Amino acid sequence: MKRKDFIQLSAMGLGALVLPNFSAFGTPVDPSRFLNDGMDVKLKKQLADVALNAARSKGATYADVRIGRYLNQFVVTREARVQNIANAESFGVGIRVIANGCWGFAATNVVTKEAIAKAAERAVAVAKANSRVTTTPVQLAPQKGYGEVSWKTPIVQSAFTIPVKDKVDLLLNVNSIAMKGGANFVNSAILAINEQKYFASTDGSYIDQDIHRLFPTFTVTKIDRGSGKFETRKSLSSPVGMGYEYLTPTADNKVGGIVTRYKDRYDMLEDVKNATADVDQKLKAKSVEPGKYDLVLDPSHLWLTIHESVAHPTELDRVLGYEANYAGTSFLTLDKWKSRNFQFGSKLVNVVADKLQPGSLGAVGYDDEGVQCGKWDLIKDGVLVNYQAIRDQAHIIGLDHSQGCCYAQSWSDVQFQRMPNVSLQPGKEKLSVDDMIKNVEKGIYIIGDGSFSIDQQRYNFQFGGQTFYEIKDGKIAGMLKDVAYQANTQEFWNSCTAIADKSDYRLGGAFNDGKGQPGQSNAVSHGSSTTRFNGVNVINTARKI
Amino acid sequence: MAILKKEEAKALLQKVLAHSKADECEVSLRGEEGGNIRYARNAISTAGDIDNTTLSVTSYFGKRSGTATINEFNDAALERVVQRAEELARLAPENPEYMPLRGPADFKDSKTYVPATAAITPDTRADAVAKSIQVAKEAQLEAAGFIENTTSFSAILNSKGLFAYDTDTNVVFTITTRNSAGTGSGFAARGYNDISRLDTLSATKIAAAKANSSAGAKAIEPGKYTVILEPVAATYMLENMFRGLDARNADEGRSFMSKPGGGNRIGEQLMDDKVTIYSDPFHPDLPASTWNRDGFPLEKTAWIDKGVVKNLVYSQYWAKNKGVQPVPQPSNIIMEGGNASLEELIKSTEKGILVSRLWYIRLVDAQTLLLTGLTRDGTFYIENGEIKYPIKNLRFNESPVIMLNNVEALGKTERSISIESYRSYLIPPMKIRDFTFTSLSDAI
Repeated sequence: MKRKDFIQLSAMGLGALVLPNFSAFGTPVDPSRFLNDGMDVKLKKQLADVALNAARSKGATYADVRIGRYLNQFVVTREARVQNIANAESFGVGIRVIANGCWGFAATNVVTKEAIAKAAERAVAVAKANSRVTTTPVQLAPQKGYGEVSWKTPIVQSAFTIPVKDKVDLLLNVNSIAMKGGANFVNSAILAINEQKYFASTDGSYIDQDIHRLFPTFTVTKIDRGSGKFETRKSLSSPVGMGYEYLTPTADNKVGGIVTRYKDRYDMLEDVKNATADVDQKLKAKSVEPGKYDLVLDPSHLWLTIHESVAHPTELDRVLGYEANYAGTSFLTLDKWKSRNFQFGSKLVNVVADKLQPGSLGAVGYDDEGVQCGKWDLIKDGVLVNYQAIRDQAHIIGLDHSQGCCYAQSWSDVQFQRMPNVSLQPGKEKLSVDDMIKNVEKGIYIIGDGSFSIDQQRYNFQFGGQTFYEIKDGKIAGMLKDVAYQANTQEFWNSCTAIADKSDYRLGGAFNDGKGQPGQSNAVSHGSSTTRFNGVNVINTARKI
Repeated sequence: MAILKKEEAKALLQKVLAHSKADECEVSLRGEEGGNIRYARNAISTAGDIDNTTLSVTSYFGKRSGTATINEFNDAALERVVQRAEELARLAPENPEYMPLRGPADFKDSKTYVPATAAITPDTRADAVAKSIQVAKEAQLEAAGFIENTTSFSAILNSKGLFAYDTDTNVVFTITTRNSAGTGSGFAARGYNDISRLDTLSATKIAAAKANSSAGAKAIEPGKYTVILEPVAATYMLENMFRGLDARNADEGRSFMSKPGGGNRIGEQLMDDKVTIYSDPFHPDLPASTWNRDGFPLEKTAWIDKGVVKNLVYSQYWAKNKGVQPVPQPSNIIMEGGNASLEELIKSTEKGILVSRLWYIRLVDAQTLLLTGLTRDGTFYIENGEIKYPIKNLRFNESPVIMLNNVEALGKTERSISIESYRSYLIPPMKIRDFTFTSLSDAI
């Protein structure tokens, strides 16, 4: 079976955005191997130098090498049984070079000096073959070498140190709560990822990083046997850049309201109980009347709208046309940025790119081309002020440095521009969700992310959700179903009329954001507080076959 | 490691299996080599050359199983990987859905390997891209494209004596051309086992023609329209339906193939009688693997016959549970067409919309398989049998099941790829009435 077939067939709706994909898909191994540190850093440095020297000797003017060990553990269950326990490891070397002014890349899973030298030569051969077709040489932003440095996700406990049995027990407990609560089906999973990445370049950097991500998730399904209708409710968890501590909540991590939501930690057992009640309500809920509504969007929902309509269109490679053949381009063209007065959203809208945010999926010390990461504004008081750029694009927007958002999903994939964490900043004035709702005459309060689609320039989008609550005259008036909203990005963000304060700020995220050819997966977080948008078009999605 | 020939793969797998002390054991090998070029703004942006080989061992003790994998092939490593799989199997929980390994079967050779494709070099790819970029430059357009070739082999051997081997070559090419004003965009996609069938020059010319003719698009009101879906648009729409041809999901009541009140829709007239969909790994225009990972030979299988649901995929476990024969997951999908050309479909249309391509299709409602997505890269208004003018892109909310109930006509089936999975299919252009568009998009 081809890798892409496996990915297709095993995509469980785990939040892939463009491609149903796993980061760094690897091969099954004994989970005890996860406790090994892997190759000694001194040996990695020796092998990296072999790659850099081999590339230079063949005519490369620049080279970087990534020695990557990618560990994935997926524990997948349904109802009372374990469906799959996958412990996968992928280890190999990717070498990127510039020769004759053109990029070349080669990768091998044979981690020996000989194979690495050969791969470096292949990378140079690829670059030279391609240079016949390319007239404009690559222009790299200067980058100082950092010497030997390291960075690690600040975790309390690695998910890989937790016995598989404990994870199975937790998931089966989750499933049991759902089934006892009247669910017909429940799928649950814990996905853990550890990227052990060693980067070296001819700039003089030797960067060792240890990155951890975790995603606990479930979907509860209930069927009305009489009508044959079924409804589902997904977990309100987020994928996170954390260890297993994410699953050890305290009262402080719980956000009260119509249903409990979670901040920095997650209570899977409590959420599945609530989900089972929600799904029951969804079956009985009123089908929405299409029309204009004021939308009050919880962070568990809004993260995805931010991701699609703000984070993707501010990717500079999209703006320039590098993604034109796949994901598309962007309506946020350079002239809009240069004008310094393009009103992307209302004055309340401030969006920040951040590669350092604690607990986020995108947090790393250095990106995959050896640039130290940071934080910068994308939208300031509603105006477009910046993009996301990497080393070979920085000069295009007048920068003398990369913004450090280059990433490859594995050693075998070439690194390219991927979005950092992109978050809507909370409101400056004290404002609670209740305060926001009480000012809504006709609206819908949406919790959780659902269906999503956006055009190739990021104008027209449509989003669903998990649960929808009708707001009538400032009060919640019951649950709705068959809800999706459609809007144009600029109109939508300019209709933003209220953002709750920082006490409501929470992170959501995408475990598998797809982009590029061949397709690659990236994990990224998006934070916000609950936000209101006025007069948004809502459609009814009910059909009969 | 190079791509192993059948006998080389078998010899290596036998060597590994000889180390097994488990009740049952299955060993498999997979190797892949290939490369790609990605280009944009009429220049190459990234390119790569990749190879990877893995050996996987799954050991069984009763209903417990464990899998381990390596990419080293010395004797000590081969013995170690078997031991590790057995250790894992002893630690694993029992699988209540365990099914015994299958014994020997007769697997016919597939027709998926073409030596010329396996011989592709970085220079071959660069030449193909150079032709494409040249066409774009001559048409004063910007080209962004992607070419990727892979050569792979797969082999499995188990302790019951089952052995299967397959080798495969594939090349995929997609091209988008845009004008400098950003007011026109065109696209073409090709996927073949045989590189000699790939003509990047003619494909880019088609994309260029679409880009030039799509400039100056007018807005029309969203609503229900007769549409003509070109194969690349229809493929992407239908792929979402093909993934749902699963009996277990249907029987469990959570699929568009579920029958209200219980059971599935096998035997039911679910679509227009012009709709016939089947799989055939021996089809000369779409050769595919002749066996699947569970060790089942793959043969011609009808899924939808004249609109009636004929088969759904039954895993071994679910087939046993339901007392029926397993129906393996297919390795390709073919939809029968009619005799009309795309031009004839257009000529027969009083009022309608020609859709070149669809984009960002996602599931809205699993119950009805309602999908949403958008037109892209060339959408045209048809009146009195002629293309009148380009129109702005539109968002649709439509179910492929409903769509296949509204078939007016089908054109000639052709090889087409999904723009999301890059899998190849044989799909006709199709004329569909009452296709539901719900909003306008400004995207070009």
